[in-house]
Amino acid sequence: MSVDTILSFEEAMEKYDPVLGFEVHVELNTKSKMFSSAPNVFGDEPNTNVNEVCLGLPGVLPVLNKKAVESSILIGLALNCKIAEHCTFARKQYFYPDTPKNFQTSQYEDPICYDGWIDIELADGTVFRVEIERAHMEEDAGKLTHMGGSTGRIQGADFSLVDYNRSGVPLVEIVTKPIEGAGSRAPELAKAYVAAIREIVKNLGVSDARMERGNVRCDANVSLRPYGQEKFGTRTETKNVNSLRAVENAVKFEIQRHGAVLDSGVKIIQETRHWHEDTKSTTSGRPKSDADDYRYFPEPDLVPIVTTALWVEQLRSRLPEPPAARRKRLQADWGYTDMEFRDVVNAGLMDEIEETVTAGASAAAARKWWMGEIARRAKLADVDPAALGVSPAVVVEIEKLIASGAINDKLARQVLDGVLDGEGTPAEVVEKRGLAVVSDDGALQSAIDEALAAQPDVADKIRGGKVQAVGAIVGGVMKVTRGQADPGRVRELILATLGVEG
Amino acid sequence: MAAINREQVAHLATLAHIEMSDDELDRMATELAVIVDSVKSVSEAAGDDVPATSHPIPLTNVMRDDVVGHVLTAEEALSGAPDAQDGRFKVPAILEES
Repeated sequence: MSVDTILSFEEAMEKYDPVLGFEVHVELNTKSKMFSSAPNVFGDEPNTNVNEVCLGLPGVLPVLNKKAVESSILIGLALNCKIAEHCTFARKQYFYPDTPKNFQTSQYEDPICYDGWIDIELADGTVFRVEIERAHMEEDAGKLTHMGGSTGRIQGADFSLVDYNRSGVPLVEIVTKPIEGAGSRAPELAKAYVAAIREIVKNLGVSDARMERGNVRCDANVSLRPYGQEKFGTRTETKNVNSLRAVENAVKFEIQRHGAVLDSGVKIIQETRHWHEDTKSTTSGRPKSDADDYRYFPEPDLVPIVTTALWVEQLRSRLPEPPAARRKRLQADWGYTDMEFRDVVNAGLMDEIEETVTAGASAAAARKWWMGEIARRAKLADVDPAALGVSPAVVVEIEKLIASGAINDKLARQVLDGVLDGEGTPAEVVEKRGLAVVSDDGALQSAIDEALAAQPDVADKIRGGKVQAVGAIVGGVMKVTRGQADPGRVRELILATLGVEG
Repeated sequence: MAAINREQVAHLATLAHIEMSDDELDRMATELAVIVDSVKSVSEAAGDDVPATSHPIPLTNVMRDDVVGHVLTAEEALSGAPDAQDGRFKVPAILEES
């Protein structure tokens, strides 16, 4: 596979004006599927959440899930869309093993939601309005696993295996209008936009919104044009961009790659690109061409949906507090400074901290753990902190262990490692690793006596009134107890031993 | 005669993984041509002012509550599959070797 030449991002931005567009697929968290009563559950054994409708067996009829329609309308309302009074489903025909019917049931000319907008706040507080073209209902496809070959990719595979558990899971596809004027902030805007969509659907409660599970998936369209030119350049559509950082990186990479192609006097090919997290680059997928004719036609097995003003207004009244308003409230509740709060938001950890506070931790402790030790470990593991595997309950339990004096901050970090290594709950890790603070004064006393005997000159200094010298003895005791003592208690005991007033 | 020929039917059969004999291809090409002709005459009758019909009966909002119903077992789901492995449908290599 040839490696693409790319410009530096700065050079690409000097010469070209980027135009973006996004298609974000949101999986709804309904109990059952879009058109069948089979369960919508992630992670079960292959082909156990399917029935005859999901498998597209002959003679079956789809029946629309009302909750999925209402969730779709809620998404539209949250994105300031108009809600269609009348809309239909259409068949999008294509032959690919991920869809057993050889068509995807989708919407075509009349999406349920259209003409919306969303204000995106960038890291420095700049607000950028993104116009929403449409949000339509459709169904997810099955999951393919490519076997044989060395890479697990479709190229070179000997055959593929198909699990249809995901087939028919309700999806809402949110499509933006072309986004102009983002300039050098395009990659940042891309990430912020997808983060905002994820936040909105999670806040609405209509999706689990876990990107690592594919609940929110982004296809990013990028094109470049010379500054001052009105006509858009040829775009590419990068698929498989399934983390917030990947969205930012993929947009940045495509801008750099387009820049180099255009500089060399070659035309951009309108095509699908695939994002590769390992190489942080895209490769060519299939070109978009006239062969991409999905032969849409009205779905004869589903009747039109008519939305009344009463129904839509009932749904509107259920809209929760918008995320931007919620942020203002949470910052006030938690007492974070603007800087602290912005760092939390930019790290994508507001929900985790809110859950942790709700579960019983103080706001300060929740921030300390998520922004500190957990974020640090996530960075080392190259995953989003939320995906690391630490639950709010773990943070709360560790904090309780600290508050009760069972462990100190230093030991707590080892407890976290133990939890991440799969050794159980924090209490179990403390037990298994023998991490509890040595609070038995007898055990501490012998360690203190040992330390004092090892440094008699320091002991004399303390007896002579140089109380600050006690630090050297405390250090000795902590070393002997491998950090498992409470330094405050050790200090008290040393002074008592030497008969000195602290 | 309508623009559908035997080669197109054979191509469609390949895409849909339906095995068809020579006789069947001949017959299907003829039958499909008749259907395409019939559709054409409907298209001629309906002007631009006639919206596409998605359903012949004027029904709307046929929906069900979001309640989980029956499922098939993996064995049942795979029972009609030409090939299976590890509880999943086994399909031929998707990309042709290049």
